[in-house]
Amino acid sequence: MSMIKRVRKSGGLGQLLIPLVAMGILLLFNLFRDPGFYAIGVAVNNSGNRVLTGNIISIIDSASELAIIAMGMTLVTAACGGQDISVGAVGTIAGSIFVKALKGFSSINLGTVLLALLACCLVTVLFKLFNGTLVSVFRIQPMIATLILFSCGRSIAYWIVGSATPQIDSPIISAMGMTIPGIPIPTPIFGVILVGALLALIFRFTTLRLYTESVGVNEGAARLNGINPILIKLLSFVILGLCVAVAGVIGTCRMGQVSHKTLLIDIEMDAILAVAIGGNSLGGGRFKISGSILGAYIIQMLTTTLLAMRVDPVNIKAYKAVVIIIIVMAGSPVVKNRLTTLWNRRRSGGLHAASGRG
Amino acid sequence: MKKLLTLVLALVLCMSIVTVAHADGIKVGIINLDPAESGYREANVNDLYSVFTADNGYDAKFVTAPTADKQLEAANTFITEGVDYILVSAAETTGWDETLEAAKDAGIGVFLFDRMIECDPELYTAAVVSDMRNEGVTAVAWLESLGLEEYNVLHIQGQLGSAAQIGRSEPLQEKCEADEKWTMVREGTGGDSWDPNEARKIAEAAINAGEKFNIVYAENDGMAQGVVAALDANGITHGVEGDVIVMGFDCNKWALRELLAGNWNYDGQCSPFQAALIDEMIKTLEAGGEIEGLNEAKQIINDEKGFDARTITEEDIATYGLGE
Repeated sequence: MSMIKRVRKSGGLGQLLIPLVAMGILLLFNLFRDPGFYAIGVAVNNSGNRVLTGNIISIIDSASELAIIAMGMTLVTAACGGQDISVGAVGTIAGSIFVKALKGFSSINLGTVLLALLACCLVTVLFKLFNGTLVSVFRIQPMIATLILFSCGRSIAYWIVGSATPQIDSPIISAMGMTIPGIPIPTPIFGVILVGALLALIFRFTTLRLYTESVGVNEGAARLNGINPILIKLLSFVILGLCVAVAGVIGTCRMGQVSHKTLLIDIEMDAILAVAIGGNSLGGGRFKISGSILGAYIIQMLTTTLLAMRVDPVNIKAYKAVVIIIIVMAGSPVVKNRLTTLWNRRRSGGLHAASGRG
Repeated sequence: MKKLLTLVLALVLCMSIVTVAHADGIKVGIINLDPAESGYREANVNDLYSVFTADNGYDAKFVTAPTADKQLEAANTFITEGVDYILVSAAETTGWDETLEAAKDAGIGVFLFDRMIECDPELYTAAVVSDMRNEGVTAVAWLESLGLEEYNVLHIQGQLGSAAQIGRSEPLQEKCEADEKWTMVREGTGGDSWDPNEARKIAEAAINAGEKFNIVYAENDGMAQGVVAALDANGITHGVEGDVIVMGFDCNKWALRELLAGNWNYDGQCSPFQAALIDEMIKTLEAGGEIEGLNEAKQIINDEKGFDARTITEEDIATYGLGE
């Protein structure tokens, strides 16, 4: 009973309180620092399309890959109680497959791009199923199981294409990585919306959320209730695989090239962080994907804010770490409980004052 | 246990047969870094493969290892096997003394290529390296030769602390401090990587803050590409006919093609071709001669160029371009 209560507590809107407050503080901070930070302009890009520009657009655009991967990571975290640290490496494999497939076709058109995308989704899902099998069937700790592809994934990506920074150049590729003619919003943002909407639909019309949470909370109980934990875990890895494929392709199209050593670099750590900032337990169980998405935008907003403040590039990561420690600590159970007790005491003490509001 | 012993013995026998079969030719052990690292490394590895062949009179073994401990392990194996020469591009500049001393005692000649090792020059025969600082000096001199009225530079540094980053940064930073026509508008870095996407974000931040720059000095081709993506997205023209001058380093083929198309202005070479020089030196030693032209640190500095978009030719791309 107490367990269920604890689990329930971490869900709900209350879970989003810390990330929302963090985002609010960042927004206010920038407002006081420089209101011009929020200026949104219209420019004509070098392909002759009208596009929106400004820091806000930059943040939402640049966080796309992270937001997409964070969604998948949330699901894996919820089901397996652990994280996949090979997302950056496998995302690079996805990019390599995409480029390799396109180079195999005689021309780059909508049809061949879709085929390449399909191939890359397929391969990425296979790689993630490898991770998933180690985790679910062989019960290897997720971090250890995914360490394998984390360390060799980028080399595999290199073998696939066989050259260090393969290039692809086509109007379709730049439309996918930057903007579609006639639409002033960067295309990667639509990628986030697409993946988010698909997941929302899946949760709305299937029992996946309930099953995932029950496997995450108590695997044995879930099995007794007729849920197959292995299947649910594998499914979470399949969904993560698709997310990684989309993110890898976006990253590739952005630059028109795959650079094996740097594509989606360090994104595994940022994705785990996004999940944590979003108030999700890294030990699995109940989850809120919206929290992780919010976490992803907070991380990117932090980077963009520091860049706008012209912080010495040498120190930028250290500053980022300090702010993140504060956010994560504010969301930690100890601080949360303290604050709740304090809040309750104040409320019971000042009941009359409280009844006057409204 | 007996079975295992037989197996091991059989294996040892097989291996010795293999060694005997390859015994003709000069025995060299080549230790390099991971070719997936960059276009530069890939070209470097392939260059060595193409020169140290059986046809050229060598019995060469190649090891590509990304970390220092694996490289040391490979070097010790080569010493035990009794090769004639060891060629190393070291992952780390320190920690080699013991291994190099062992090689010296065994009478093995050691050639360093691309990367120096911090040790007594007595421990190696010669080193063929790039002068990264000179690459920066060449680039800044080229920039100065344009005779612009003002130089407002967006400086994108590579992986902090790497020889390439330090060497290519310093001449520009010194110039900006010394000459009042030169202003450092913004400095950014990939931190611990050469991430093009990070370069894109830095450029975007500069553009969003309304900072005016007319020069992009990016310390490798990928980062220049990242900045160009941000320029394109914000409608800022670049290249020979554009408002912003774009400079990169490494001379990847794709980057040189950007030069030829006039989208970029300059690309500084960092030559990965050291194999021919080393081959020549080994042949000289084998013929009983002595190596000439070394400096105090027993180095030979690679000859490196800078390419200008206005003068580059298809032939240059074919000769000097890296990768595909």
